[in-house]
Amino acid sequence: MTGNGILQILLFFGLILLVTRPLGNYMADVFNGGKTFLDRIIGPVERLIYRLCGVDPEQEQHWTTYTVAMILFNVAGMFLLYGLQRLQHLLPFNPGALGAPTADLSFNTAVSFVTNTNWQAYSGESTLGYAVQMLGLTVQNFVSAATGIAIAIALTRGFARHSANTLGNFWVDMVRATLRVLLPVSLLLAIVLVWQGVPQNLSPYTRATTVEGTVQTIAQGPVASQEAIKMFGTNGGGFFNANSAHPYENPTPLTNMLEMVALFAIAAGLTYTFGSMVGNTRQGWTLFAVMSLLFFMGIGLAYPSETNVHPAVAGAGVDITASDRQAGGNMEGKEVRFGIANSALFATVTTDASCGAVNSMHDSFTPLGGMVPLINMELGEVIFGGVGAGMYGILLFAILTVFIAGLMVGRTPEYLGKKIEAREMKMTVLAIVLILPLSILGFTALAAIHPDGIKGPLNAGPHGFSEILYAYVSATANNGSAFAGLSANTPFYNLTIGLAMLIGRFLFIIPAMAVAGSLVRKKVVPPSPGTFPTTGPLWVGLLAGVILIVGGLTFFPALSLGPIVEHLLMNAGKLF
Amino acid sequence: MRSQLRPAIVMMLLMTVLTGMIYPAVVTGIAQGLFPHRANGSLIVEKGQVVGSELIGQNFTRPEYFHPRPSAAGAGYDATASGGSNLGPASRVLAARVDSISAALHRENPDVPVPIDLVTTSASGLDPDITPAAAEFQAPRIASARKLPLERVRELIAATTEDRQLGVLGEPRVNVLLLNRALDAVNR
Repeated sequence: MTGNGILQILLFFGLILLVTRPLGNYMADVFNGGKTFLDRIIGPVERLIYRLCGVDPEQEQHWTTYTVAMILFNVAGMFLLYGLQRLQHLLPFNPGALGAPTADLSFNTAVSFVTNTNWQAYSGESTLGYAVQMLGLTVQNFVSAATGIAIAIALTRGFARHSANTLGNFWVDMVRATLRVLLPVSLLLAIVLVWQGVPQNLSPYTRATTVEGTVQTIAQGPVASQEAIKMFGTNGGGFFNANSAHPYENPTPLTNMLEMVALFAIAAGLTYTFGSMVGNTRQGWTLFAVMSLLFFMGIGLAYPSETNVHPAVAGAGVDITASDRQAGGNMEGKEVRFGIANSALFATVTTDASCGAVNSMHDSFTPLGGMVPLINMELGEVIFGGVGAGMYGILLFAILTVFIAGLMVGRTPEYLGKKIEAREMKMTVLAIVLILPLSILGFTALAAIHPDGIKGPLNAGPHGFSEILYAYVSATANNGSAFAGLSANTPFYNLTIGLAMLIGRFLFIIPAMAVAGSLVRKKVVPPSPGTFPTTGPLWVGLLAGVILIVGGLTFFPALSLGPIVEHLLMNAGKLF
Repeated sequence: MRSQLRPAIVMMLLMTVLTGMIYPAVVTGIAQGLFPHRANGSLIVEKGQVVGSELIGQNFTRPEYFHPRPSAAGAGYDATASGGSNLGPASRVLAARVDSISAALHRENPDVPVPIDLVTTSASGLDPDITPAAAEFQAPRIASARKLPLERVRELIAATTEDRQLGVLGEPRVNVLLLNRALDAVNR
């Protein structure tokens, strides 16, 4: 590790600290329906949208109506995206004359982008033309992120309101999240990205004659507009196969830093929005602190791990020492401009948040370096997490934690003055203790014994198992990054991974909304001397502990078959 | 349930117009207006011919040019098929590749250990850069192939080396295409 590497990591975290409060405040205003500076431009557009859709923005919804609206909207998106892909050969703006992807691949991609996962079983530049990238993928990047934000706000209202029946209006929350939060910031970032070198055009791929006289065809396209929302919306679906490692998606160290900040910004801001809406910003900062603690644990393991290589590689007369002339370390699958520190940091950040963009190939990480992304996702994507998804995820963990704390001292658990009772606990346990592990471990076990599953991995030995495990962890956690050696574009993987993404998204959201619907009806219990405080270091430690223990107990056996045994064998000099 | 069906469909279509058409069109308009060179891929054009992009690595194999890193993009530096090798850390294939490239490079410069980036593929397969150490390592070969003083080659490397952005971000790096063009300009 180098001093500069540590400095860059701290600089990144400093920038997140800096944006959390202003962004969180702004979002609180937006979702409370208060005045914001964009009212004059966006207000009329919103009113037009509501009129055309036949939505009364004043009419609030019960949790069931809110959830049904959300599901129907997402189903409409899935059909649209599936249709666009299957009809790709008929659409304009397809200079490469790319044909329609197969049915199973189109299903997988449609689910993937609607669930904010952005798992990519295809390679962008050789599969999808500009029309599908813009009309299909960019649109879902916006609205899937807006859906996540809306759910988080609805759950927040469940805590903030009392003796009420409604949680807001899904259409209003979704439209506001898109128009007032995601669009303005993406527009700004897209322009900055172009300034740094990200292309934005509709031209055909460029044919170049290289210095040595060979022909190089250079894929381009409307990259910047998609790149910006891909980061802010924690979507992560790259325009190109190499994602944010591609020099056209992430040309400079500055774009790299901005992309990472964009990736965390909204999720971090939402912790403040939460605190502000429940009337106690310390509650929000406490969640921020838990997330930060877990973030630093991840990067604290990933960064030093990536400075190592296999003994056989180190012994082949190569220099892996970090100096001011080279970053050194495990450079397989990493870009020179990012080196080790920024690759390890990006991998940690993108799997903390359920983004899944990558600026290095996680499959080539050292065993422990590659285990950090796995663990981050297995913890349920609550370390800042996907926009909105991280927020409703950690709130469910908070409910679980007050329940466990309540058991220890023998009191009825409360969180923010709301009594946590059987119904909330059932829903919470269903989402985070049952459904996520069942999907991840169930599908992994299936793929590890099914003939079509075994054909998938590129690497032999324990790493092959890690490739399979990573796929279902990533899909269920709606992350979308991959140990990309896995040949995932087969009917078996497209179907099972598609199902894992649906389960991880909707079977998590529906219980979360049920919790919100039941909380909003409750009265607020005034705090008494016996109330367990949900701010302060004790609570931070307890919540972080519960997150780690639930994740650890559930997934340790699987991890020990993959990265842990690989680490031991690698240090013993074994090759596969 | 039925009352939410019409909003679901109309809303999806309206969002498609707004975020799938208007938004990319506005970005394209601003980008092409403000930064046309960047927005069109930072292409290098010489005598009306596109030579490549300063951001996209291209392959060099002749001894008188600096060589880029090994590439897993297609058959190597295929800019329509970006990607990494995805070989695991304990992969036999990876170790064998590192071994053979390292041995070959040692034949041209036996005294110095090979910088790791010269034996590893990048994540994109299109990495335009090598480390300053990797450029330095190749300098003796370039000097003898071009009959240039070693010092002159080193000066060119130093002039092409980009430091960390804003003094802190990223890693120092040398753009192979720009360095090789600078070499050609000297010999011309």
